[in-house]
Amino acid sequence: MTDPIIRRLTHLERLEAESIHILREVVAEAERPVMLYSVGKDSAVMLHLAKKAFYPAPPPFPLLHVDTTWKFRAMYDLRDKAARDAGMELLVHHNPEAQARGINPFDHGSLHTDLWKTEGLKQALDKYGFDAAFGGARRDEEKSRAKERVFSFRSANHRWDPKAQRPELWHLYNARKAKGESIRVFPLSNWTELDIWQYILREKIEIVPLYFAAPRPTVERDGMLLMVDDDRFRLLPGEVPVERSIRFRTLGCYPLTGAVESEAATLSDVIQEMLLTTTSERQGRAIDRDAGSASMEKKKQEGYF
Amino acid sequence: MATSPAYTPDALIAADIDAYLAQHQNKSLLRFITCGSVDDGKSTLIGRLLYDSKMIFEDQLAALENDSKRVGTQGQEIDFALLVDGLAAEREQGITIDVAYRFFATEKRKFIVADTPGHEQYTRNMVTGASTADLAVILIDARKGVLTQTRRHSYLAHLIGIRHIVLAVNKMDLVGYDRATFDRIVADYAAFVESIGIAGFTAIPLSGFKGDNIAAASVNTPWYTGPALIEHLESVELDSEAAAARPFRLPVQWVNRPDLDFRGFAGLIASGTIRPGDAVRVLPSGRTSRVARIVSMDGDLEQAVAGQSVTLTLTDEIDCSRGDVIAAADAPPQVADQFRATIVWMDGEPLLPGRAYWLKTGAGTVSATVQPPRHAIDVNTLAELSVKTLSLNDIGVADVFTDRGIAFEPYADDRDLGGFILIDKITNATIAAGMIDYCLRRSQNVHWQSIDITREAHAAQKNQSPRVLWFTGLSGSGKSTIANLVEKKLHALGKHSFLLDGDNVRHGLNRDLGFTDADRVENVRRVGEVARLMADAGLIVLTAFISPFRAERDLARSMLPAGEFVEVFVDTPLAVAEARDVKGLYAKARSGKLANFTGIDSPYEPPLAPEIRVDTTQETPEAAAERIVEHILGIWAPIL
Repeated sequence: MTDPIIRRLTHLERLEAESIHILREVVAEAERPVMLYSVGKDSAVMLHLAKKAFYPAPPPFPLLHVDTTWKFRAMYDLRDKAARDAGMELLVHHNPEAQARGINPFDHGSLHTDLWKTEGLKQALDKYGFDAAFGGARRDEEKSRAKERVFSFRSANHRWDPKAQRPELWHLYNARKAKGESIRVFPLSNWTELDIWQYILREKIEIVPLYFAAPRPTVERDGMLLMVDDDRFRLLPGEVPVERSIRFRTLGCYPLTGAVESEAATLSDVIQEMLLTTTSERQGRAIDRDAGSASMEKKKQEGYF
Repeated sequence: MATSPAYTPDALIAADIDAYLAQHQNKSLLRFITCGSVDDGKSTLIGRLLYDSKMIFEDQLAALENDSKRVGTQGQEIDFALLVDGLAAEREQGITIDVAYRFFATEKRKFIVADTPGHEQYTRNMVTGASTADLAVILIDARKGVLTQTRRHSYLAHLIGIRHIVLAVNKMDLVGYDRATFDRIVADYAAFVESIGIAGFTAIPLSGFKGDNIAAASVNTPWYTGPALIEHLESVELDSEAAAARPFRLPVQWVNRPDLDFRGFAGLIASGTIRPGDAVRVLPSGRTSRVARIVSMDGDLEQAVAGQSVTLTLTDEIDCSRGDVIAAADAPPQVADQFRATIVWMDGEPLLPGRAYWLKTGAGTVSATVQPPRHAIDVNTLAELSVKTLSLNDIGVADVFTDRGIAFEPYADDRDLGGFILIDKITNATIAAGMIDYCLRRSQNVHWQSIDITREAHAAQKNQSPRVLWFTGLSGSGKSTIANLVEKKLHALGKHSFLLDGDNVRHGLNRDLGFTDADRVENVRRVGEVARLMADAGLIVLTAFISPFRAERDLARSMLPAGEFVEVFVDTPLAVAEARDVKGLYAKARSGKLANFTGIDSPYEPPLAPEIRVDTTQETPEAAAERIVEHILGIWAPIL
């Protein structure tokens, strides 16, 4: 051996290796895996890791977007392109009940998320018979997620029981399950928001342009800065869209997602702003706050990611 | 609020973000576990680490201040413990009940903290959290000193193979930063850890509540010259770096076959380094080849090291599948099927010695049985206890037998190839974690020799496909008669065969066995092994044994490639067999002169789905033999 110098892995390389290991393990053990793809930056990283894990083959599972019909237009554009570039099948599910009842974020508050996303997800998993679903959740996002396993078991009716989760030791994940049960798998469990950004920078991963600042039509409502993304946006009496330079730290349904005023138009600008900021990432989302501090845990028990 | 310095980002972030990012892309990653109870200030310490490393944002701080006043235990001061208590259930109970993971980073490293509870389920949770940790922080309340739980935590950390121990003597503010108190605790602890084999530790006097010696040296402990906690965490050697120096091992996780031209072996490198051209050996088969490429989406790599997930291609088309281990050709791991292991039981249902469980290691999943424990260990006194089983949170030492050989390393050398979990085959629960201490001597010196004349070559030379015709049925049912006829027909057809008959084998190979259940199990196991060897030699093997238990017939079936085992159920009702009583054995059994006789006072479990069933009340032995020969000739694949 002429070269005794051993290369030290950086934290991003170790996170990448761990995520790839998780992705491969599920494909080796599950009958019908699927990747939940929400078009956000975490989904983008997860998809990129899947491409790496199975290269030169395309990832051997489809992408599933549980859509609410209320995402930003730019998200739909990138969603279709990303699936095409990866050579993967893209499944889009719309909850027919929510569609029929015209459930929307303006009139229905938390029912909107519950029907389109929580119920829609269960419907889609049942419809296609998926027994393992990759999700992009991270443990650093929220306190109740800090205890979530990488392999999270759901009963046949999709419920999560925090007391009946399996211990996870070493790199050994137990993916065995009874018929009807399914697993949610979180390959990004140990990534932080900064890791995600650094990795996007390092790997040059394409993300939705909404993460970068640009002049966009906005209204200010209940302390949140909302973007008027299409003509379904209901302006209140006296509200007039104002063009502001804004960007988004997280992406969801556009009428529920708060923007921040920003001039950060490049990736390093965005990271700089994130590091200089003093509020946490999920603050822009209404979902975490609507039922007090235990709301995420309750949503998770009901089947929300 | 006494302690709430504002979030102050690194000056470089504002001055030159690209320089900052370049610097921060090359951090290493340390995983550690904190051990102690709420009373020791564990959650407070973790909250403090997050806070001091600027992981707490304004909105979180506001929520924290709010919560501190409402449910906090620190009066009007910030209760850092609230930052890390996650689930609603445990907030109500005021204790943590599971393993939680926290993240923070400094200029040099990113950290993942496994936070485990101090009360119920302690052993299970701590072992889980510690399994991936490089370092353990053992918390001690300076007012209380070394307690039983300190010993328990230290023992468990040592058991799980953590090489770096930090003794965090906390709440120094409450003992007036007294040096003598600190020195006494350190001396007590040193005496204890030496007795359990911990080579060394780093003791730090600190206060999680006040922040002394966390991020920086405290003015309150001028007598302490060692590192502050974060400084120490930033400098210890990582396990992954130690692993890179050992011989190469890659447990194959997934075989990537997008088309006929590409066959890549994907997995996470457990130890060592690899380059194209390196000679490798695939275990357990023992075949050798060389690495052709290290394939990645960003182009082929020139080298890969422990901790990387890679895809390798080899220069030769050799068998290699999920569960195999690709290793350095000149320093392969051992392959064995019997181990001495330390087992931590994690399920409400206790261990059933002898029951088959799934055993999952880095090198795949096999079926395994655990023998009765040699002893259990009292984690508080470290005394060895005599036990018959292991229950939830018990730690014991037992022998583990797997149904086939697996490549392994002693856990002390390699966590990936030495650690395993046991999975209940019915509930699918993870019921235990195990650590291989060593393989038992009888399997230690037996290596799988790779043989050039394969079983396929043996069979091809005989112009036949090997089969094992396994005749089962009551004594006197007609097994031997029919098997004998079948063999004569095969012989006449020019086929190479051999008949293993129950009575004959008991005169030789199995002369030492009687007729108890245990001996019957062993009798059938040996016959299964012999039949397998003969099938490997290309023969058509016929066995005529009562073989009363389904489990053992299934075991024999599992030893052979799919399709080669043909179960022939000679189905003669007890009354008919007893009426024939060719050897006069039923009469003896009925009169009590013969114990453990199948059908009389020992059970017979008929096959559920035999390949062939012969009803001797409906079919003559000649006709049955004809049908059996047709059956196996009819399903023979043409020899290629």
